[in-house]
Amino acid sequence: MHILDPELWSIVWLSLCVSGTSLIVSAVVGIPLGAWLGQAQFFGKRWISALIHTGMALPPVLVGLLVYLLLSHSGPLAELGWLFTPQAMILAQTILALPWVIGITMAAVAAVPADLLAQVRSLGASPWQLRWTLIREARQGVVLAVAAAFARNISEVGAVLIVGGNIQGHTRVLTTAIVLETAKGQFALALALGAWLLFLALLANLVIIRAQGRPWV
Amino acid sequence: MGVAMQPVVYHVENLEKQYTGRAVVQIARVEVVQGEVLCLVGPTGAGKSTLLRLLAALERPTSGVLRFGLQQRPIADIPLAERRQIAMLFQRPLLLHGTVQANVEYGLRLRRIRRYSEKARGLLNQLRLGEIAQQPALTLSGGQIQLVALARALAVDPQVLLLDEPTAHLDPAHVALVEEVVREYQRRVGATIVWATHNLFQARRVADRVALLLDGQLIEVARAATFFETPADPRTAAFVNGKMIY
Repeated sequence: MHILDPELWSIVWLSLCVSGTSLIVSAVVGIPLGAWLGQAQFFGKRWISALIHTGMALPPVLVGLLVYLLLSHSGPLAELGWLFTPQAMILAQTILALPWVIGITMAAVAAVPADLLAQVRSLGASPWQLRWTLIREARQGVVLAVAAAFARNISEVGAVLIVGGNIQGHTRVLTTAIVLETAKGQFALALALGAWLLFLALLANLVIIRAQGRPWV
Repeated sequence: MGVAMQPVVYHVENLEKQYTGRAVVQIARVEVVQGEVLCLVGPTGAGKSTLLRLLAALERPTSGVLRFGLQQRPIADIPLAERRQIAMLFQRPLLLHGTVQANVEYGLRLRRIRRYSEKARGLLNQLRLGEIAQQPALTLSGGQIQLVALARALAVDPQVLLLDEPTAHLDPAHVALVEEVVREYQRRVGATIVWATHNLFQARRVADRVALLLDGQLIEVARAATFFETPADPRTAAFVNGKMIY
C-alpha cells in the first residue's frame, strides 16, 4: 500500500465517515441533553452524573461485544442487518462518544453563572433563546466535548473491530488496518497508517480551535 | 400630574417572598403607576433586589398578589411579549462573550429588530462608550460593565426599567451621566422606572416617589419632597437622617 493506493484512500474516507457520523449523532443528542442536565435541578442528578462519568470509561471492546450481541442473528436488532457494516461501527462509536459529549457539556453549562441566565431572561429571551445563549456562553467547553468525543472515536479500535469485522474495502478503517498490518509484521506500513490517523486528528483539531473562536497563534 | 391619575403598572398586595422558609419580602400594598420614577431605598439586605426580581418576573411570589400591565395579569402569567416590556439592570451585571456592541445589540437581536447596530452605536456614544464598542466585553472594568449593561437594557426600549444600584461602581461624573441618560429616556418614552439605591442624594435628585424598605417590609411610600422633608413614619425620619435603625 502506498500514498496513491485507492485502498488507502477508501480506508481514510471510511474512518472519517464512521467517526464523523457518530460524532454528529452524539453531538445532536448529547449537547442539548448535557445542557439541560447542566442547569436542571432534580432528585437523583448526582446519580445520573455518576453514571455518565462511568460511561466515559466504557471499554470499547465491551461496547463492541454488546453491539455485536444486539445485532447478531439471535439479537433483538438482528432485523436491521447491520452486523459487519459501517452502520454497526457508527452505532458502537456513538455509544462510546455520547457520555463524553453529555458529561463535558454538562460541566461547561453548569459553570455558566445562574445570574447571567436571569439577566438574559430579563432582556426578553424566550426559553429557546435562553437555551441557545446558554450553549453559546459555554461554547469553549461544548467544543471541547466534541473534540474529546472525536478523539475517542477516531482512535478507537476494539468496538469497530468486533462489529465491523475489518473487511477489506467495506469496514476497514485506519485503526483496524494498523492492527492487521502489525499482526502481519508490516510495521512500517502500520506506522504510516498511524501517521495518517494523527494527521486527521490534527486537521479536526484545527477546525475545532476555529470553532472555539480562539486566535490561530 | 397626580400619581393616581396614571394607569397602574404594578399592583402589589400582601406579597410575600420566602427563601428557605424565611420571608425576605413582605409588602402589604403598593402600586406603581405609569411614567413615574419610584426609588427604593433601604439598608443592605432590606429586600430591594428581591423585590426588583419579583417585578421583573424572574422570581415567583410565595404568596400574595403581584399584577402587571394594563390588563393587570398576575406576574407569573404574563406572556413573553409583555415580559419584553420590562428590562432590568442588575446590581452586579454580567456581560456575554463577544464585543461590547454585540452585548448592547443582544436584546434587539432577540426581538429580531432591524438596524440594531445603529441603535447600539447611538446608545454607546450617548454613554461615552463609543471608543470601546469593538472591545471584548469580558475585559471591561466594573464601572464600564455597569454602563454597557445600562445601554443593553435601554436598547430594547422598555416600558418598565428596573434599576438595581445602577451607579454603584461609578465615579461622580458617570453617576451624573447615568442619571441624565435615564431621566432623558424616561421623559422621551414615558417609561416607568423603579430604581433601587443606597444613595439618598440620588433618590432626591431622580425620584418622583420614594419607598423605604426595612427587613422586607415597605415602611413608607411618599412623594420625594414629603419623604425627605416630612416623613410620616419615625423610621423613615431616622433613615433619612442617617441614624442606625437596622
